[in-house]
Amino acid sequence: MKPRSAGPWFVAPFLILFALFFVTPLGYAAYLSFFQHKLIGGTVFVGLDNYAKAVADPQFLRGVLRVATFFLIQVPVMLFLALLFALALDSGLMWLSRVVRLGVFVPYAVPSVVATLMWGYLYGQDYGPFAQLSRTFGLPVPKFLSESWMLGSLANVVTWEFVGYNMIILYAALRTIPHELYEAAEVDGAGAWRTAWSIKLPALRPALVLTLLFSVIGSFQLFNEPKLLQTIAPNVIDSSYTANLYAYSLAFTGQQVNYAATVSFLLGAVIVVISYTILITANRRRQP
Amino acid sequence: MPELVPNHALSRRTFLAAAGAASLGAALAACSGGGTAAPAAERVSQADIDKAMATPTELVFWTWAPEIDQEVALFQQKYPAIKVKVQNAGQGTPQYTKLRTALQAGTGAPDLAQIEFQYIPTFTVLDSLLDLRPYGADALKAKFVDWTWGQVSGPNGEVFAIPQDTGPMGMLYRQDIFDAHGIAVPKTWDEFAAAARKLHAAAPDVYLTNFAANQAAAWHGLVWQAGDKPYTLSGKSDIKIAVDSAAARKVASYWGGLAGEGVIGTETDFTDGWYAALNSGKYATWLTAAWGPAFLSGSAKATAGKWRAAPLPQWDAAKPSSGNWGGSTTAVLKSTKNPIAAAVFAQFLNTDPGTTKMFTTKQFFFPATKALLADPSFAGDAPAFYGGQKVNEVFGAIGETVSPDFQWPPFLDQAVTDWTETVGKALADKTDPVAALGQWQTRLTTFAKNQGFTVQGG
Repeated sequence: MKPRSAGPWFVAPFLILFALFFVTPLGYAAYLSFFQHKLIGGTVFVGLDNYAKAVADPQFLRGVLRVATFFLIQVPVMLFLALLFALALDSGLMWLSRVVRLGVFVPYAVPSVVATLMWGYLYGQDYGPFAQLSRTFGLPVPKFLSESWMLGSLANVVTWEFVGYNMIILYAALRTIPHELYEAAEVDGAGAWRTAWSIKLPALRPALVLTLLFSVIGSFQLFNEPKLLQTIAPNVIDSSYTANLYAYSLAFTGQQVNYAATVSFLLGAVIVVISYTILITANRRRQP
Repeated sequence: MPELVPNHALSRRTFLAAAGAASLGAALAACSGGGTAAPAAERVSQADIDKAMATPTELVFWTWAPEIDQEVALFQQKYPAIKVKVQNAGQGTPQYTKLRTALQAGTGAPDLAQIEFQYIPTFTVLDSLLDLRPYGADALKAKFVDWTWGQVSGPNGEVFAIPQDTGPMGMLYRQDIFDAHGIAVPKTWDEFAAAARKLHAAAPDVYLTNFAANQAAAWHGLVWQAGDKPYTLSGKSDIKIAVDSAAARKVASYWGGLAGEGVIGTETDFTDGWYAALNSGKYATWLTAAWGPAFLSGSAKATAGKWRAAPLPQWDAAKPSSGNWGGSTTAVLKSTKNPIAAAVFAQFLNTDPGTTKMFTTKQFFFPATKALLADPSFAGDAPAFYGGQKVNEVFGAIGETVSPDFQWPPFLDQAVTDWTETVGKALADKTDPVAALGQWQTRLTTFAKNQGFTVQGG
């Protein structure tokens, strides 16, 4: 009996902080989403009206659609690159692998605010390096910050930031593969590519699912990069460009804190649904 | 600096005279028994004021005015018991966001804040600004330019803030570019449009001006000039929204036409690219406020000596008018624990000859007080950046033509965001801004109704 009673004590510090900084704000936001605070008339209980409004809100739906598109384009590219780098590093055939590993990881160490500001400068129409290069060669200046290119430009920044992070996770997973498998493969006459395809990729499945889940959450919550580029492209990135940006604008520009809480919860629900879909699909494949 | 001591004595006398006049005025008003305006709140007695100013107090003042400690030092010299802590909580919108958050949270709000004219209704609708009449503020009305007093006054005659600086709109133009292409200074908007086409045809890299597609403040200033009244507040919860009025459509189709023809720029202002454009002569004019000349001389050093100032082109040359862009006030928050000290500070900061003079020489604010506008050393200033022209005199005269009737909505942040996403976007994308005006009107009306206002003109 005695050893069991020690368990809760070890978990208690975490649980207290979890309750205080995670559960309580969530509960409060949920509570807020059932009310509406008007400038004239104060706070009023409105039940599920906010939710009904949000589900039909074209700005919210557009924002969600946009991050969904972003997810479908950017995440496969980023994970593919991360996988490529991880496999290349693990194969032992790469020169200066330590330098490359550090180099690919360094962008993750750069705060996203700094990274976005830097890329914003690089994308600049008048004084950015790409613009100046194009002008030197007499080519048309690439319109990185125009409406049609903006999502791609944002995807580029996010990929640059997170390839290293995902690569490290995949690389760590590769390092746990027992060496006997490689030796057996070598005896069977498998080369580097065949080893990668038949041994490494299947072993990477859990790590890939993990990085995919992180990417779902990260893409749907996209906020930093659009918010920072909004200052230089205010007519392209409007206040509801992404769902999270919409929630922020509602709260701080429109002073509609209750509706912002509702939008946040709905966004959270979308993320939960997609994450579970991925998890279930990934696990189902395991049972032939 | 040597003027400090005589001014110090003079200002104390002036203040006491003003306070005395206020008390006398209050006594007379009481004697006359019921005037035309709504009854003022009871005056705080001079004895109470003196006592509060001698009690050690700390005031927190949120402002983004650079290096305002020197003006604050003058106040602290006069009232050594009061310590004023100046905090920069952000410039403009970020500060207002923090202020609203602090007010809603109930703690963390300062005693005083710098609030621009256009944001005053956003805070009075929250009932968060202190009426300064009990502290002698209404005696100061005559010192200030008329339209500024209208901006800080409430519907029942309350005085919610003391004007600090203003921004009447005028036109800064490049004399050398005009001379090189034989363009006369446009006096009407038609002349301006013709000049824009002529200039761009002759020099494809140069535009007559840039209408920033993210600058709702400039838009409001220009429709103010056109005599428009987009927002009318009557009482706390009644509002008339008419952002797509005939005057607004006139302005929208004018600028939409020029943008569509490609003879003006529509780039975002106050960015690196825009500064570079001003320095390189891409834009031949800048339609800006009275704080523009000082700002330009700091940001476009490469073009020193080439700029001049003139009034905005007019819709009706016989009736010159202008609008205002920017300018701030000092307001006292109702939540303050030291109302008397805060009210005295707000009034001192913006009426004391010493501090107001410093505002023009150190911060380059454009004055809101009649005295300083008429002061020869201010009006006679002839900076070399403007080829020796007396720019302050030009803008001072423009300030007299600003209509005093313009009102702002109690949700300016929302109005500005919606403008940028409708009209601003139409200008940037070269689509129809008049149709965008209709969208803006719909968005604002829906928002106002949602927030519990009774909306006319929906």
